[in-house]
Amino acid sequence: MFRIALLAVAATLALPVAADDDLKALREEVAQMKKAYEQRIDALEQRLAAAEDAPQKSQSPQDGAARGAAAAGGFNPEVSLILQGQYRRLKEVPERSITGTWPAGGHGHGGDERGFSLDHSELVVSANINPYFRGLMNVALKDGEAEVEEAYFQTLGLGRGFTLKGGRFLSGIGYLNEQHPHAWDFADAPLMVKALFGEHYGQDGLQLKWVAPTDLFMEFGAELGRGAGFPGTERNKNSAGASALFAHVGGDVGRSHAWRAGLSWLTTRAREREAHFEDTDAAGPNEVEGLFTGRSRTLIADFVWKWAPDGNPKQRNLKLQAELFRRSESGDLACGSEVATSPCLGGVGLGRLRSAQTGGYAQAVWQFMPQWRIGYRYDWLNSGSKRYDPATVFAALDPANAYFTSYRPKRHSLMVDWSQDEFSRLRLQFARDRAMQGVTDNQVTLQYIMSLGAHGAHKF
Amino acid sequence: MFRTIFLIASLAAALPLRAELRVFACEPEWAALAQELGGDKLSAYSATHALQDPHRIEARPSLIARARSARLVVCTGAELEAGWLPPVLRESGNAAVQPGRPGYFEAAQFVTRLEIPTKLDRSEGDVHAAGNPHIQLDPRNLLAVAGPLAQRLGELDPANAAYYAERQQAFAQRMRAAVARWEKEAAPLRGSRVVAQHKSFSYLFRWLGIVEAGTLEPKPGIEPGSAHLAQLLKQARTEQARLIVRTPYDSPRPGEWLAERAGIPLVTLPFTVGGSDKAQDLFGLFDETIAKLKGVP
Repeated sequence: MFRIALLAVAATLALPVAADDDLKALREEVAQMKKAYEQRIDALEQRLAAAEDAPQKSQSPQDGAARGAAAAGGFNPEVSLILQGQYRRLKEVPERSITGTWPAGGHGHGGDERGFSLDHSELVVSANINPYFRGLMNVALKDGEAEVEEAYFQTLGLGRGFTLKGGRFLSGIGYLNEQHPHAWDFADAPLMVKALFGEHYGQDGLQLKWVAPTDLFMEFGAELGRGAGFPGTERNKNSAGASALFAHVGGDVGRSHAWRAGLSWLTTRAREREAHFEDTDAAGPNEVEGLFTGRSRTLIADFVWKWAPDGNPKQRNLKLQAELFRRSESGDLACGSEVATSPCLGGVGLGRLRSAQTGGYAQAVWQFMPQWRIGYRYDWLNSGSKRYDPATVFAALDPANAYFTSYRPKRHSLMVDWSQDEFSRLRLQFARDRAMQGVTDNQVTLQYIMSLGAHGAHKF
Repeated sequence: MFRTIFLIASLAAALPLRAELRVFACEPEWAALAQELGGDKLSAYSATHALQDPHRIEARPSLIARARSARLVVCTGAELEAGWLPPVLRESGNAAVQPGRPGYFEAAQFVTRLEIPTKLDRSEGDVHAAGNPHIQLDPRNLLAVAGPLAQRLGELDPANAAYYAERQQAFAQRMRAAVARWEKEAAPLRGSRVVAQHKSFSYLFRWLGIVEAGTLEPKPGIEPGSAHLAQLLKQARTEQARLIVRTPYDSPRPGEWLAERAGIPLVTLPFTVGGSDKAQDLFGLFDETIAKLKGVP
């Protein structure tokens, strides 16, 4: 461009002194040059436009270094939003419960709405706070309620294999407990988890974990928490209300197999933990509050085995997973009612209650071709042993109450899901649910799980 | 339980510390490069092998255990390992190898990356904001990474810094000579048209002047569909593509489909160290890659 301008200036300057013939020749020459330059400029402009349009752009390594490490470790938080909803076909059961167990009540994401329904939408924000801490918040949103599922900080800089977590977090006990519903392999939680915790066990407190410096993965953890969640209750005291210990071991077998096994222990206390019972009022049964005060201990064994040919889960893979539990509780049973004729009027002690229950689930999920998986899960619970003084208890409470019934709840679930990629999943699930005595519920669930935003890096 | 933990902890502490520098490499090429630079002063462990898709790895317990005792983590970066490395590093409890610390090294920072997207949206597939992360198939990138890596090794292990620097010089010399030889060998490939499965070979193609005549994946990370394949078949014919290339971990099926209909061969390139019998080190990797590309008439 400059050169043209210069030429033009030179040409005009030269004009007055040139003879007519010369002038004509010069004009032609300038015109030709102008034409040639214009063509070259056009060509250059076209090449520039092409270069700008092309998706291939390079960046100098210096820029890269200035940008810092991976985007996940950078300044911007990772934000993700999980959308979940379903259509469910269920039998109409007025008060759904698991026969023989103390209802976990409280926490729970529904799970028994019939027809079309929306699950909680999970909003997750996480980032490294500085080189020493990381923070995460997971909020479950639905219809005027925002529930803080997790909000914790975690150390990155403690070193020597130690990690400290503080705040509200999903307890590290068992295997499934740390996973959010969108990471589950089935549309609902195993009966075991529903019976033990409602949906999962969260802690408001501290967790210290240590990974051993060995090639075999060994991890040990201890937690202290408020203990307000089922099976404990809010107790308004200065000391910790729940403590948990867990150990995990894991490794690879060859290139295609990986496993993890764990043992966990949770101990907490409940004060006047409520459940609905029917009393023995001669004037007709009333719904009264059954109240348990005492200690609750839970032992969980978990095991996961994953197979993927040559460690490549993309085409085909198999995941076997099982957890077993034993819960023992000992304390005092009471009942309370405000009905004048109720034997529970004003709160009545019913003596000692000791119970021990076991159960578990086992499942297999098989990705038989890219994007398609099929899974089967078997759930079982044993109502176990309950020791109390029947004369005292049944003077006030109806022996027909589900809690006192000996029954073995069972459920078979079969699911098939299709995932376009790790961000979108559609699932169809059939279940034959016999969690309640006398009710066989053949359930159908059609579910979607969509994740927007940050790359969902899940734990093993 | 606390006593058990204490017992194991004291046992572990009593174990004699192995003298060599333990390197955790995310991909085999970085394990190979670290080994070239570190000789017997370091032991390199590769978290993945050539038959694994480095995008899709699970944060397995064994990886956490290995990251726990590593002094240096060497990865590609550019979000290639975003799906599994962050939980592995976090769960390891190893402060030295967290992003931003000297024990964390990202190779992609030291090379000129291609295909940096102008539009970041998942509708474009699994695009990486930092550009194409498969940088290892241009040997000049390995040269660019080797210098800073040797320097980092020296910072972490000052006693052997001179040793690493010396080995880096020797490696660079051998690699430069090899690059000249490969460029000569591959001269006939310049301008030839090749269909790739995923954007795995962009750096190789650019280095050797090969033209990418389409990819089997319609968008990065999206499985090839029949409509896209039909379109690609047309494109391969009009552009006169010579062959189709895939990595050892890509499914061979879409490539076979196209190869049969377009009448051109499907070639599996080693992609990384260990990707074929002959690609057992970084030099073998390129010897084998060029031989395979040239082996097609």
